[in-house]
Amino acid sequence: MNIDSIHNGVVIDHISAGRGMRLYELLGLGELDVSVAIIKNVVSKKMGKKDIIKIDADLPVDFDLIGYVDPGATVNIIRDGKLVEKLDIDMPERLVGVIKCKNPRCITSTEQELEHVFKLTDRKNKVYRCVYCETKAP
Amino acid sequence: MVRSLIDITDLSTEELEQLTNTALDIIEHPADYAHLCAGKKLATLFFEPSTRTRLSFEAAMYELGGNVLSVTDAASSSAAKGESVADTAKVISCYADIIAMRHPKEGAALVAAMNASIPVINAGDGGHCHPTQTLADLLTIRREKGRYSDLTVGLCGDLKFGRTVHSLINALARYENVRFVLISPEELKVPSYVKKEVLQKQGLSYVQTTDLEAAMPELDILYMTRVQRERFFNEEDYLRLKDSYILTPDKLRSAKKDLSILHPLPRVNEISVAIDSDPRACYFKQVSNGKYMRMALILKLLKEAGTL
Repeated sequence: MNIDSIHNGVVIDHISAGRGMRLYELLGLGELDVSVAIIKNVVSKKMGKKDIIKIDADLPVDFDLIGYVDPGATVNIIRDGKLVEKLDIDMPERLVGVIKCKNPRCITSTEQELEHVFKLTDRKNKVYRCVYCETKAP
Repeated sequence: MVRSLIDITDLSTEELEQLTNTALDIIEHPADYAHLCAGKKLATLFFEPSTRTRLSFEAAMYELGGNVLSVTDAASSSAAKGESVADTAKVISCYADIIAMRHPKEGAALVAAMNASIPVINAGDGGHCHPTQTLADLLTIRREKGRYSDLTVGLCGDLKFGRTVHSLINALARYENVRFVLISPEELKVPSYVKKEVLQKQGLSYVQTTDLEAAMPELDILYMTRVQRERFFNEEDYLRLKDSYILTPDKLRSAKKDLSILHPLPRVNEISVAIDSDPRACYFKQVSNGKYMRMALILKLLKEAGTL
């Protein structure tokens, strides 16, 4: 299966198979008026299977969000058809305004202007907790 | 941001020691502390009913020679008009020197602390944290046992929603050779995150059981808790679980002679009134210890804020 190379844009590679769609949704890529390709279950020597997202536009991407969904992913920045930057993604220590706390008892459920903030409490098990109520991130 | 107290883990082991020593000194020499907060104001903002905690804070401030501004009923306050916790904290900062706040929402005290220009003490944020209760528990343990280490601590009742239990585990986890016996019905066990992120992470010794009487002989401390109606979404679950453990003189027969029985109060029926006269009952002493620790805490935070 071939997907054309992009000229200027972003390729999110090495996404764990099955997480591509979630990343697509959380990054809000469905709302963009540019070409976006999700390639699922690509055969990978290193990973067995992986997902890839190609965005045909030079847009800023939210590294924190990618690091939260899949810290093993890499981000390739393409300009004039050439790879100009390859970035390894790490789990961010804090997630600000990326995901929402679902605990109905949390103060964020009533203080509408309050930014939702999560902190990494267990790197090994990839656990993030709301800084206000300590509920585990979904 | 000035120093506040939101969670018991905000305090280092040295600071816990310092607060304990100040509280013990207040007990010994109350006159030395009677005017230290003259001209200072504590605002007690209680958006959830709790007479005893509010009175404890107010008594603490009065015994330090300070004054108190009190909001006791959210229905009469601006919160009922839709004011945010953030705005309330900013407004009260203009009137008082320190805030003690209780709020039904988890994390409310942190939001207040992020917005206030004066220290905020969390007097309970929903089912989340209640650090000054833990300070009361710690001083009681120190006064009864003379130490925080080398103890077998039984925690009994609602270990799932009981915020005082989680805080006490967090506080005692830092001392040597403390062993926990977690006694609860299956449905109200300590949440797995407390086990994973506190007990197991720090390599602490603990056992879980449903049998209070079997655990009794080994305990140095028995911390009883109430099954709280307000933490349940479902009334049926509450009614089914509320009488899981009732401590009676019979059940104490196999207990150590120097056992200390603690309870954060209010009690409903989980400790029989017949136990009140037993010298091992410490729950009313815990109440006065809470006041002394709150005095020590108010002094510490006002000093750190440069107000004293």
